[in-house]
Amino acid sequence: MSTETLASGARAGSEPFDLDRPWQLHPQVSVRPERFGALLYHFGTRRLSFLKSPALLTVVSSLGEAPSAREACRAAGVTGAELPAYAAALATLAASQMIRERVSL
Amino acid sequence: MTAPLGTQPAGTQPAGTQPAGTQPLGALPLVEQFACGLDAPICLTWELTYACNLSCVHCLSSSGRRDPRELTAAECRAVIDELERMQVFYVNIGGGEPTVRPDFWDLVDYATAHHVGVKFSTNGVKITPETARRLAVSDYVDVQISLDGATAEVNDTVRGPGSYATALRAMRHLAGAGFRGFKISVVVTRHNVGQLDDFASIADRFGAQLRLTRLRPSGRGADVWDELHPTAGQQRQLYDWLVARGEQVLTGDSFFHLAAYGQALPGLNLCGAGRVVCLIDPVGDVYACPFAIHESFLAGNVRGPGGFAAVWRESELFAGLRQPQAGGACHSCSAYDSCRGGCMAAKFFTGLPLDGPDPECVKGYGERALAVAAGTSPPRPSGDHSHRSRPSGPVPVSIGAGPPASPGLPPSGRALAPSGRALPPDRACDQSPLAGFRPG
Repeated sequence: MSTETLASGARAGSEPFDLDRPWQLHPQVSVRPERFGALLYHFGTRRLSFLKSPALLTVVSSLGEAPSAREACRAAGVTGAELPAYAAALATLAASQMIRERVSL
Repeated sequence: MTAPLGTQPAGTQPAGTQPAGTQPLGALPLVEQFACGLDAPICLTWELTYACNLSCVHCLSSSGRRDPRELTAAECRAVIDELERMQVFYVNIGGGEPTVRPDFWDLVDYATAHHVGVKFSTNGVKITPETARRLAVSDYVDVQISLDGATAEVNDTVRGPGSYATALRAMRHLAGAGFRGFKISVVVTRHNVGQLDDFASIADRFGAQLRLTRLRPSGRGADVWDELHPTAGQQRQLYDWLVARGEQVLTGDSFFHLAAYGQALPGLNLCGAGRVVCLIDPVGDVYACPFAIHESFLAGNVRGPGGFAAVWRESELFAGLRQPQAGGACHSCSAYDSCRGGCMAAKFFTGLPLDGPDPECVKGYGERALAVAAGTSPPRPSGDHSHRSRPSGPVPVSIGAGPPASPGLPPSGRALAPSGRALPPDRACDQSPLAGFRPG
């Protein structure tokens, strides 16, 4: 019942994720930390998504302050071997508008 | 060790199918995490009033007349404050007809200002061009218009004379105000299941999104379920239609019992009752779900010590629901992993054991169980706020400020006798759904 926003959400991004660009959480997204990682709710698209690990939450939370997504991953302790999996996760978040590119002013 | 990962829409990947190495060590699959309960609901249903201008034959909450013990505006704001602290993303507000509360729009504004999103269900009676314009500019409010027939004939038989016209007028106002993507919410019955394409056309016409939900034998629905619930053949037809439509049609996750046909429908396919969702009723009682208004599923009241959070976190009932479920008679069924035994409330109010098949089990076990249970009386829904007689049309609801609050009122708004005991409910409610209403 009434969990229908769970029904839909991110599809795998068709575009490769650009780790070297600056990114940020969408301003209409609310993040709730959970045991398994975090729940994300987008008030604009009314969709729910989730982060499956606390480490990914650390990355996503720090995107807005980091010069690039790659830097946010590095600061969170993501190794080179792990990076492609994180890039794929971030691509999925970008495809569902949970995160978006930050435009420098 | 491989990286943890993923972000994915919850529920698209059935539990246990994550590829090796993508699951953080020691963590449960997400659906299992949800089944064990979260520290706060993802969202919840909040019925603001039992007052309603209609008398739909299948009303889940047996609404009609306002209850004098309903939460005051101040108490509602306190609940919203709690939901904000718990980071509940949004509330599904219903009733009754929530918009007949004079403080309804203020409460919506208060919730969104406190980062609690609002979706509200309405029969459309208060959706004027002006309110539609106001709703259209908010990113944090969503509207669901209830419609149970694609024609006035089918709709009004269930929802009452004039209700089709009221709903369509509200849709015109919303569309006219530029509100894109509001929801048209349909309870699927034996009589409207053949109109699914017509409902989709209505949604397209207004730039709305169609939402289909399951008829539950809850509230007054218990009295009409036998005649209105889809036949076995119609269930299959519905399933095929939903599979073909995919994510274009919302379902509130309410047809997960149909997953036993084979392919899971989009959604969590999990009963979230007391685990990730719940119900707050107009007098502040917290139930496991909106379809289970019965003392067996009553977890507590928001007026109790510790408020809503204490009920959510400490209720024994909810703790029990968060334990692994055994499956009972369904355990050996090949479809159990798909349907998880179906809907708890549907079983309960048709007199079936909770650990057995759903009454609409697609394998036919439900019908057999119902035949066995025939002759016994299923539990009756608790509480009845139905109008004393069914109105012949929409009831004109006039809203006054009500009598001024007297200093002798306890927080519940219920008058105290000099002895300090609560007086019987205001009998004037029998005539006017909002008699005795005290905003504040």
